[in-house]
Parts: sequence; structure tokens; C-alpha cells
Amino acid sequence: MRFDSILDTIGNTPLVKLGRLSPQPGVSVYAKLEGANPTGSVKDRIALHMIEAAEKNGDLTHEHTILEPTSGNTGISLAMVARAKGYKLVCVLPDNVTSEREALLRAFGADVTYAKDAHSTNDAIYRAQEIVAKAPNLYYMPYQYGNENNPRAHYETTGPEILRDVPEIDVFVAGLGTGGTLTGVGRFLKEKRPEVKIVASVPHPGDLVQGLRALEDGFIPPVLDESVLDGRIVVDSVTSFAMTKELMEKEAIFAGISSGAALKVALRAAERLDSGNVVVLLADGGWKYLSTELWSKDYGEIEERVEGKIWW
Amino acid sequence: MPIEVKLAANLQKLVGGQKSVSATGTTVGEVLDDLESQHPGVKETIMADGQIHRFVNIYLNDEDIRFLKQLNTPLSEGDTISVLPALAGGAA
Repeated sequence: MRFDSILDTIGNTPLVKLGRLSPQPGVSVYAKLEGANPTGSVKDRIALHMIEAAEKNGDLTHEHTILEPTSGNTGISLAMVARAKGYKLVCVLPDNVTSEREALLRAFGADVTYAKDAHSTNDAIYRAQEIVAKAPNLYYMPYQYGNENNPRAHYETTGPEILRDVPEIDVFVAGLGTGGTLTGVGRFLKEKRPEVKIVASVPHPGDLVQGLRALEDGFIPPVLDESVLDGRIVVDSVTSFAMTKELMEKEAIFAGISSGAALKVALRAAERLDSGNVVVLLADGGWKYLSTELWSKDYGEIEERVEGKIWW
Repeated sequence: MPIEVKLAANLQKLVGGQKSVSATGTTVGEVLDDLESQHPGVKETIMADGQIHRFVNIYLNDEDIRFLKQLNTPLSEGDTISVLPALAGGAA
């Protein structure tokens, strides 16, 4: 396959049958491997869509620095798109991201600033909004949580790819972060196949809510259209890690932590079907999580480091 | 039927600082009513206008009851209810 630019290699990711994990003969579970995107995550799709839409409508020019609150994948994807197109990028990170993520951002030429005392993505979002509010002419913030081009990227690319590869899809499962994947893919699939069920996996907030002062400090991403959802399942860190490891052991697929949680939910959906097809989107590859030692140690040995961190 | 209700850290102050409490009922709504009688003020915080507060997700075991039968979601022996705040996704 020949491409004119790295940006043209985004999307059209492989869909792989999970033959050993599919629970019963009449039910197939397929995984869409978003780790096969150029920076190794699904976020390449939305980074490209958000930046090109802002170029088109004039919100982004070469006078601007792109600034985004992110704890990882979106920043790395924006860094690639920014470098390919000649923009500067600053990422505002909470203080608990893995070392691989910062190293990758810097490798792509992004500047990194840590939001002081930001223990969660919520805090990083508020910090980034403050920076932009002080100098609105200097910065352009794509703001993946509120940018309609985030779900649109999935409506125009991920959704059609899934329906092309599994026209008889019954259930679609993905992790809920910004809500962009579920909203975009969900809208597309429901238009074409109204009986399809859209199910979200969400991380158990565990102790991470300590810093949340009041319920009103909670956050529902503006791009999330809850009306496309048919279910939301909460998955804790232990289960996410265990399933990510099982995915490697049974199917030789090296995926990130959120993929373990999504897989857990997909297998649950599959168990409830007599026959049919479940598609689960695996948002990233495992590379950025090697420092967890997830694949080389037992959970008991890494638990202390794992608990209380944001994994997805 | 006694049901275990687990609360996220920022909601534990509503029930005297406990991580989990026991309340009885055959539906999620009945359990919340019983919780309210034990710890007045709980419902006022996690509900708004008779609906679950938009920044609160209530899970029966691990499933969000908004997508089940909401407050009428029936309970079985051994079920656990978790009351968790809505947060932005982590690694986005």
C-alpha cells in the first residue's frame, strides 16, 4: 500500500475475530484494532478531523499554538498531525500519566505542561481552559470533549468501516472517555441498522474521586449523546488488567488497558446472545503501558502502583 | 431484603463516612428510600426533581440502572448497588 503522507494512513484498521475468546459457537466477537493507527491509537482519527475542520473554518492558522488537555493518546495524535502540518502543540497533562506518554509527546515535538495539583483529566481540562481564556488569540484548543468533529470522525470513518466488515453486527462495545467513539459509531450504525445495541464500558472511578469537591464538579462530555447508548457497564482496574492480559494469552493481541475493560463488556454481551456478532473497539496498543509491567508480573505485585492511577 | 450500597469517596460523608451501608428494598428506588430514612439528606444530594442527578451514575452490580428500569429496577438476593460520580474519561 502506497500513501502520500503519514496522515493518509489513519483509519482502515483491521477487524480480527477473537476465535478463542468467543463464548459459544453461534456468537462471534470481533476486535477492531485501533492500535494499528500510525501513533498506535484511535485518537489519530479525531486529531486529523478536528485539525482539518479548524483549518477549513479559519479557527486555526499558523499564527496559533494548538493547546489541548489530555492524559495521553489524543495529545500524541495531535502531535503527529501538528508536526505533519507544521503547527506547534502544547499538551496540558494531569500529574499521573505514564512515562511513555510524555516521552512520545516530546518525540513528536510537542511541549508538555503539567497542570499543578491536577489528579484527573477534569482538572487538566479546567487548567487548559484557563490558559486559553487568558490569551485567546495565541491558542487554538480543539477540545475533544466538546468538538463535534470528534464524533464526526467516527461517524464518517470508524462506523462505515465496521458495517463494511460486519454487516450483520448486533452489538458494538467501546470505552467511554470523551464519548466520541460511541456517539459517532452509534449514530452511524443505528441509522443503517436500528436494532444494533451500543454498549459503553466505563472505568470504576475508585479512589480517584477524592479530589472531587462536589457533584457539580463532575463531568459529562458535551459530545456524548447518551441517547445512542443501550447500556453502560462499570469495570474496575483489576478486571481491566486481567482481561488485557488474557487477550494477549488467548489471542496474541497486545492492547492497552481500556481494551481489557471493553473486552470484558463485549464478552458479557456475547454470553447473552444465542447467535450473532459483537464488535469491540480496542482503542490502543499495549506499548504505552509497558511500564506497568502488566504482562510480566502478577497483579498483586503491581497493584499498589496501579490503584489510584488513571488508566483509560 | 438487605442490599449492600457502596458509595464513592466523595459521597461517603452522606452516610457518616462509611464506604458501604446496608439498606432494604426490592427495587433500587425502595433501597434509596430506606437509605434516606437512615441517613436523611442522601436522596436530596444524589437525586434532582425525582430523577437521578445527572452527575451521578447508579449501578446495579456493574450495570447503569438508567439503561435498565431506572429506580424501578428489581433487585435479587446478593445484589450490590454502587453510587458513583460521572467523571471525564481518563486516558482520552
